[in-house]
Amino acid sequence: MNGKLVGWIALIAIGLVAPLVLYPVLLMKILCFALFACAFNLLLGYTGLLSFGHAAFLGSAGYVCGYAVQSLGLSPELGILAGTAVAAALGFVFGSLAIRRAGIYFAMITLALAQLVYFLALQFPFTGGEDGMQGIPRGRLLGMIDLGDTMNMYYFVLAIFLFGFWVVDRAIHSPFGQVLKAIRENEPRAVSLGYDVEKYKLLAFVLSAALSGLAGATKALVFQLASLTDVHWHMSGEIVLMTLLGGMGTVFGPIAGAAIVVGLQNYGAELGQWVTVLTGVIFVICVLAFRRGIFGELAVLIRRSGIRI
Amino acid sequence: MDIFGIPIQALMGQLLIGLINGSFYAILSLGLAIIFGLLNIINFAHGALYMMGAFVSWIGLTYLGINYWVALIASPVVVGCLGMLIERTMLKHLYRLDHLYGLLLTFGLALIIEGLFRYQFGISGASYPVPELLSGGFNLGFMFLPKYRAWVVLVSLVVCFGSWFIIERTKLGSYLRAGTENPQLLQAFGINVPLMITLTYGFGVGLAAFAGVLAAPVFQVNPVMGSNLIIVVFAVVVIGGMGSIMGSIVTGVGLGLVEGLTKVFYPEASSVVIFVIMGIVLLLRPAGLFGRER
Repeated sequence: MNGKLVGWIALIAIGLVAPLVLYPVLLMKILCFALFACAFNLLLGYTGLLSFGHAAFLGSAGYVCGYAVQSLGLSPELGILAGTAVAAALGFVFGSLAIRRAGIYFAMITLALAQLVYFLALQFPFTGGEDGMQGIPRGRLLGMIDLGDTMNMYYFVLAIFLFGFWVVDRAIHSPFGQVLKAIRENEPRAVSLGYDVEKYKLLAFVLSAALSGLAGATKALVFQLASLTDVHWHMSGEIVLMTLLGGMGTVFGPIAGAAIVVGLQNYGAELGQWVTVLTGVIFVICVLAFRRGIFGELAVLIRRSGIRI
Repeated sequence: MDIFGIPIQALMGQLLIGLINGSFYAILSLGLAIIFGLLNIINFAHGALYMMGAFVSWIGLTYLGINYWVALIASPVVVGCLGMLIERTMLKHLYRLDHLYGLLLTFGLALIIEGLFRYQFGISGASYPVPELLSGGFNLGFMFLPKYRAWVVLVSLVVCFGSWFIIERTKLGSYLRAGTENPQLLQAFGINVPLMITLTYGFGVGLAAFAGVLAAPVFQVNPVMGSNLIIVVFAVVVIGGMGSIMGSIVTGVGLGLVEGLTKVFYPEASSVVIFVIMGIVLLLRPAGLFGRER
């Protein structure tokens, strides 16, 4: 039996059973960030592009979804679609500008563009400025299922997560994903093979932005809140940490990374500023000693021990 | 007296603020450019170290009675030494790897430093008095120019052009430039390249701390002063292009002025104008105004 199938079954089983053991709201938060991290990993882990501005997609989708549901009275599924579409459009604009440069320049351009979005979110009248957008109604899914009920909401979020994860998984294991990996490994060679590298990079960027938006829009419904925290550049850093910690370029790694970081922040909330310090320490340790991340190191261990899965 | 319907006092006042901000942008982006040139690392901790420079002088004054003039030298030295320690213990392990790891490591360091200072000092901040010698100001007839602000602009320009002179016009600078081109060859000529890299990082970080000391009497000394500024400085760096030392100075000052002018004519856009300019520059010249394609 192949490892990926085992992973999928385990993931779905854990997803279904988890709310019986853990607080569902925390789980929904983890699922949203796990989707965000998977979307980010598609870009960093499989295309080799470090975007330092992914918070812009998460945050703006949250605002748009919140606005659509709260002020325009759209249904939750249309709100999420609207958020995702806006994030994808934004991703197209950012991507077109940023992929003209590589490496560190790419990271800094995405960071600066995201900061532009942050300032706009601070100043637009509909975002609520410093206070954010509060009391976003969850509404009824397809006009039938009441999402105000926590368990209904949980399974809805789980379904969205599994869909997003499936999209990422399909993208990675398709010919498209193979080209992305080729670009990551050796861009000049991919160019010489005749691939339109810029187009592939842009497509990966837009896909990643759209899925980040999906995560952000869902998150806004879960917490009934869209705020500046989600657009701030600290968020862009956190998503790098989640991906790095779990193992970039691994399929399941970002999920584990997201669970650990969200769990840490949740249970460490009473530590106050020490959470920031601890996050920083984890970052430094990961970069210095632990670059493959949890799933990456596991894969190496398994390969060394000779077990085949 | 009006210019384009704006009272001249308001215009000049904003231009002065712009010039001061521009001076800070220039010193910080210069430090980033120097570090990037030799280490190929985007020093994300730059903002945190700038904040640290301000705090070291504030702590020195409050607890040890060390005055501004001593702090102006001592803070950069203290922070620069910390920088060298960071380079020796952590950054040097990353040179063989993808440059992105340097960015990630320094990002982690920024979180640690900022978190520690927030834990110790809260986020409200403290004020640092203007040194006696520089209190008061000049009445220029059309506006009042505080002495300290004039001093900030003057001294940062001197430091910037001094650094430019050392790097572009002296023997030491030629070693540095050679180090960015071909470290192995330079090593073969008997230059201690690792030491040079350590000292360069210390110097770049020292520049950030120096800006911090200069900023202390102008702004509130608080733990987030660096993280808010650094993103703008990154945008300045992208606009200027990282290749050029002169580029970072000129773009820094220039964008500070542009920001100040925007504040007069269209205040709502003042916090985004630099990012808008960045977008336009990237469309037209992806390598930045003074940068070369690598």
